[in-house]
Amino acid sequence: MGSRNRVYALKRSLLVHKTVIFFLCFLPVHGYGYSRGEHVSRDAYVSAGIGEARILLPLFADDVSSGTICGLVYNGLTRTDKDLKITGDLAERWEVLDHGLTIVFYLRRDVRWHDGAPFTAEDVRFTFETILDPGTGCPYISGFTDIEKIRVIDPYTIRFEYKRPYAPALLKLGMGVIPEHLFRDEKDIRKSVYARAPVGTGPYRFSRWETGQYIVLEANQDYFEHPPGIKRYVFRVIPDQAVEFLELISGGIDSMQLNPYQYRYRSDTPEFKERINRYLYLAPSYTYIGYNFKDPILKDKKVRQALSHAINKREIIDAVLLGLGEVCTGPFRRESAYYDDSVSLSGYNPEKAAALLREAGWKDADGNGILEKDGREFRLRLATNQGNQTREDVAAVVQRQWAALGIKTEIQVIAWAAFLDQFIGRRDFQAVILGWSLPIDPDCYSVWHSDSMRKGGLNFISYSNERVDRLIEEGRREFVPAKRREIYHEIHRCIAEQAPYTFLFFNYSTPAVNRRFKGIRPEPAGIAYNFIDWYVPEREVKYKF
Amino acid sequence: MGKYILKRLLLIIPMLIGISFILFVVMHIAPGDPTSVKYGLNPDISESARSNFNKIYGLDRPVLVQYATWLRRFFFLDFGDSFMDGRPVISKIMSRLPATLLLQASSFLVIFCVALPIGIISAVRRGGLFDRTMTVAVFIGYALPAFWLALLLIFFLGFKLQLFPVSGMVPWYAVYIGGFARAGDLLWHLVLPVFATAFGGVAALSRYSRSSMIEAMGQNYVLTARAKGLSERRVILVHALRNALLPIITIMGLTLPGLISGSFIFETIFAWPGMGRLGYEAIMNYDYPVVMGVAVISTFLTLLGIFLSDIAYAAADPRIRYETRRT
Repeated sequence: MGSRNRVYALKRSLLVHKTVIFFLCFLPVHGYGYSRGEHVSRDAYVSAGIGEARILLPLFADDVSSGTICGLVYNGLTRTDKDLKITGDLAERWEVLDHGLTIVFYLRRDVRWHDGAPFTAEDVRFTFETILDPGTGCPYISGFTDIEKIRVIDPYTIRFEYKRPYAPALLKLGMGVIPEHLFRDEKDIRKSVYARAPVGTGPYRFSRWETGQYIVLEANQDYFEHPPGIKRYVFRVIPDQAVEFLELISGGIDSMQLNPYQYRYRSDTPEFKERINRYLYLAPSYTYIGYNFKDPILKDKKVRQALSHAINKREIIDAVLLGLGEVCTGPFRRESAYYDDSVSLSGYNPEKAAALLREAGWKDADGNGILEKDGREFRLRLATNQGNQTREDVAAVVQRQWAALGIKTEIQVIAWAAFLDQFIGRRDFQAVILGWSLPIDPDCYSVWHSDSMRKGGLNFISYSNERVDRLIEEGRREFVPAKRREIYHEIHRCIAEQAPYTFLFFNYSTPAVNRRFKGIRPEPAGIAYNFIDWYVPEREVKYKF
Repeated sequence: MGKYILKRLLLIIPMLIGISFILFVVMHIAPGDPTSVKYGLNPDISESARSNFNKIYGLDRPVLVQYATWLRRFFFLDFGDSFMDGRPVISKIMSRLPATLLLQASSFLVIFCVALPIGIISAVRRGGLFDRTMTVAVFIGYALPAFWLALLLIFFLGFKLQLFPVSGMVPWYAVYIGGFARAGDLLWHLVLPVFATAFGGVAALSRYSRSSMIEAMGQNYVLTARAKGLSERRVILVHALRNALLPIITIMGLTLPGLISGSFIFETIFAWPGMGRLGYEAIMNYDYPVVMGVAVISTFLTLLGIFLSDIAYAAADPRIRYETRRT
């Protein structure tokens, strides 16, 4: 997903957006009681990010900043609404035929590129054929390789033929569509001038980019839904997060993502709340402890279950996130239908954990407080990456919780590059604390299928289960929502029972936005999904030019 | 003299090559690589897309071969394309260099204009109240971590008192207001970063100029000048200062590397769109071509600075001539 969706920058730490795909949902919803003609675009919305946008082409946007801008400038065939349901964007409607082997899209006829040229099916064909060309070097190619053929039927009808049914296709085809007439003669589209001065179909058109400083977008008065309520969208680069917070309070920027400390203490003052609104909703990402199945101690299911039962997730949430999180039990979005709520919530049970370890043969024979088996003490290395304070704090709490069981834990905090290279890449670790961000589609092939155990795959804990493999494959081919739900509930239960991870928590997303912006309605998709409906009342406008 | 200048200029080339070689190799030996940092744990990006990336940029070839390719292009001033956005490194650097040069030149000027008078006055009134106050201030200046000072400045002067902008160089709305206001705005944004970057330099240089001045004041020619009945003002500013300046020229040349390496930190804190921040971001992302480009340019600037200070030294001191003596 990611690149195409209207991305709302969620930046908790420098490393979060490197470790996880950005997931932000910035999707406009058909008008909230407005009608065409009532819309006046006013004021400017100034946001900030720690890093500069890299390239304003959705095919290559692989960082939060580029994704955010691309989401406002381009549209895809589909998008997701406030409840994360798939709905049409450039496509008015579509038909899924032959059990998912063919998908036909009927396109909107009233869409124009920002340079005035009409949008047609040729643009769609060009975009996805460019992605599928290995010479392009599009990082997202794996989401499209099941496409057999793309046929333009008429200027407003296009047909995708798949080699085999692929349920996530509808979301993947939400990738931003780029204009054929500007790119068809480019040898390397990354080098085109339009990669830094994009021309799209979206609610905002590109205005200027001062390298290293800011990007300004202007409202597209001809946007096919309706003109956005905010006249300018400004993205500033502020690399230091302490400085970003000061900029927010002094009015230099209008929004940022608060961290738990800033939310609980720094912003909980009358002066802050007078000028700035804070929002709270569950972020689609979770933090976990992963156990290496190649490790002689941890490949024993009872040991993994015991380690999981020994962890008090609520205590971790309260201590580390200052309460700004929810317990997690499985690898799906908490608010989605695919998440099985019947899976036991906390699982915290120290007695059961102790019993499981006894069954697995671990006893404290010499009475020194540390368990032994076959003459060896139970020592565990728990690794995480440097630069993410949350994970380092989690490690400290877990160390103490495991110590109560008689396990000696050694914490290792390693710089990100070395961590990936020497721990994850070489599969040389015992337990790691990491996080995943969850795309809207529940397909989890790349993390949980045994095929992803190979070098470079993301199943780095080497989890392999035939039943889960089969279910994942079924889930990818199944288009019927009710059947899909059953499949993923079963995957959830299966994985929870075998405890390859200890799923710790989902954290809350805590954005702050200047009070003069109205029309913000938090939904499962976050707050940014209806950005084009936000507005500033005339008397509160700050930037009048 | 001309021959000497040419020789010194030519010496910069092997120096650059040596430094670039060490840097290139160290960077490639360090754990991690561009694709794993960029795409390491992204489920949307497959291993094949990553190896395709490595092939496109030649990262699958041996390090020495890569270095040879890099060096060959370097002689044509081609630093290759950035991994992050595919843009030519040289154009990325050129768009960032003016901001860095503006900040560095301003700091340099401030260091010179502030440190020298402090040094002279401290030396002339050695042991006085000013000298003692400055000694304490200078030691504080040495001891303060500069990045912390920068944050304090932002917090008190920018945020609490709202005297200066918190961060940035030119506000985004500058294009919508008049040209004159824009120039003033730029100066306004320069104050805090220049203060922070110059602080350590002022501390160091005022110390050097103080001791250099004290030494000069004790020389016989100062005694002679006084004996001739010259005014004290003339004795200090002409006879003593001219001689005291000589070692300071060299030291000024040596503060350049500090300023350039400091820009990596200060540009990040102040959201200053300069080359140092570009280099910092490139290092964090394993963007080898940009790291190399920034390193070579900064090395070149440093070597150039030292070279210029040597020339200035020779020009200022008639006793020093770099000609090889003919026998």
